[in-house]
Amino acid sequence: MAVITGQEKLDLREPKGWRRTKNRTATVLMITAFVLALVPLVFVLITTIAKGISIISWSFLTQPIPPQVAPADQGGIGPAVLGTIEITAVATAIAVPLGILGAIYLNEYGGKGVLARLIGFFSDVMTGVPSIVMGLFLFSIWVVYFGFSGFAGALALAALMLPIVIRSTDEMLKLVPNPLREGSYALGATKARVTLTVVLPAAIGGIVSGALLAVARAAGETAPLLFTILTVMTANPNVFSGPNTAIPAQIFSNATSPYVGAQDRAWGAALTLIVIAFVLMIVARMVTARFTRFSR
Amino acid sequence: MSTVTRQAGPTVPAGPARPLSERRPLGDRTFQIVALVAGLLVLVILVLIAVSTTQQASLWFRTEGWGIFGTNWNPAANQFGALAFIYGTAITAAIAIILAVPVSVGIALLLTEVVPYRWARPIVYVIDLLAVVPSVVWGLWGILVFAPWIEGIYKSIGSGVEGIPVLGNLFGPPVSGASFFTAGIILAFMITPIVTSLSREVIATVPTIDKEGAYALGATRLEMITGAVWPHSKGGIVGSVLLGLGRAMGETIAAALVIGSSATITSHLFAPGDSMPAVIANQFGEASGVFRSALIGLGVLLFAFTVIINVVARAIVGGAQEQGSA
Repeated sequence: MAVITGQEKLDLREPKGWRRTKNRTATVLMITAFVLALVPLVFVLITTIAKGISIISWSFLTQPIPPQVAPADQGGIGPAVLGTIEITAVATAIAVPLGILGAIYLNEYGGKGVLARLIGFFSDVMTGVPSIVMGLFLFSIWVVYFGFSGFAGALALAALMLPIVIRSTDEMLKLVPNPLREGSYALGATKARVTLTVVLPAAIGGIVSGALLAVARAAGETAPLLFTILTVMTANPNVFSGPNTAIPAQIFSNATSPYVGAQDRAWGAALTLIVIAFVLMIVARMVTARFTRFSR
Repeated sequence: MSTVTRQAGPTVPAGPARPLSERRPLGDRTFQIVALVAGLLVLVILVLIAVSTTQQASLWFRTEGWGIFGTNWNPAANQFGALAFIYGTAITAAIAIILAVPVSVGIALLLTEVVPYRWARPIVYVIDLLAVVPSVVWGLWGILVFAPWIEGIYKSIGSGVEGIPVLGNLFGPPVSGASFFTAGIILAFMITPIVTSLSREVIATVPTIDKEGAYALGATRLEMITGAVWPHSKGGIVGSVLLGLGRAMGETIAAALVIGSSATITSHLFAPGDSMPAVIANQFGEASGVFRSALIGLGVLLFAFTVIINVVARAIVGGAQEQGSA
């Protein structure tokens, strides 16, 4: 303990006057910023829950879509629920394996090479490509030749998910410690074997959670579907052929409807969509918490 | 076997781990090729987007020439000048950025410099929830709840500033609930999470020693932020703002529902307008021929704008992060 004698005691308290005022104002402004972001979130959630909860029921989720003039208690969004499940499942089956493989190339093979850096950079750029452009892309390259189908919508969603999966998987693979790889190589394993049986299992928690977040994002997307599935009102169990429908597309067409019944069904569908997204997010967090072995 | 001794020798520079054997079975090489193809898919898709959409849009480019940047959009008369939509995209994205950036940077600073770690995580979760709400739900809420409510506010502001130069031109009548400004506000809500999380990553790279140095000199927290955090992270924050701008420009469904769908170029921010993604989403259904080609052409322009913005922004953010980790 240095004892200061004969000197003025060092004052370490917050400075007084104008400097303190400015500092406190800045802190208050930062808290205000958070509150400002919170307000719209709370309002959207409360409105959607309040208006949607009275609509949602098992029959709402399974009944056929009625004409827009029908009152709120008639029909439901059954075909849209079916379409969303079909389309999102196919998109996930395409984008997740490809995204994981792409990330394996970036992290395990490409290293710091020019090609790997280029692919990594453009994956980031691709996450910024608007979702509507993905819809127009699939319209131009697929729908023009093969017609509208759930599969075209799934391809558009897959194109949207691919860079997200690559980026989240890449982050997770980076966290796997190198001694794990070195140990396996020392036992004589090939690179493919090390990657598939040691590196991937070590990172699986983060990879699954990243994939789930990509699915949550894709399930709520409307714009890529507008030009690929045509948004009909009848159920189409065949995802590979014929026009289809999906929950977000139904909300979009009902949102501008003058009929109260159609608007109410839109709120019910919106609540369904939010619940799906939240469940996926919570499962992702649980997977992260349960299976994460290496983190930053 | 000579390979093994060379690799194990102490003179070998440290590098990434590699298998001991240089003999590689067929399966191993196949796997590498499959992974490479999956990685290359990103580049292939980006090129295919540019080529296929441009091809579909070529009819519009050929018919209109430089007229694509004209002010007349009248599908009934086969006039497809897109300037009103480019203007609307720029205006709504600018409003979104002006509203979202101070809030986002404020939250990022709150998270990194003010609250303790155990509070930071729940705050991050809450902000991320903004991004979980789908675009179409923002749009539904925007058109049925938010726009009717804010129209009253627009009306009182509008009648207050009517006739005053500049202010009257920006905020005066005509006013409508579905307008440039409403779209800008909704877009601001939607881009806040991304700008916040990117700014936070950038601010987190500020060396602790710089911050402690500022505090040791007796700086208040604000003085530390302006003196140590800001000089180090301003480049990266500019990058994250650009990424938010790219998002705001391309955001479709919410804008399509609340912007008012009117192809007009006006300084009146409370008046209905239209933007590139919104007009594509709203009019594609009934379009064919040159009309459809023009809408896809708007998509091409949108793709070009957002790719350029993203390339610049990623270069800035990447550079800032490397500088931070070095």
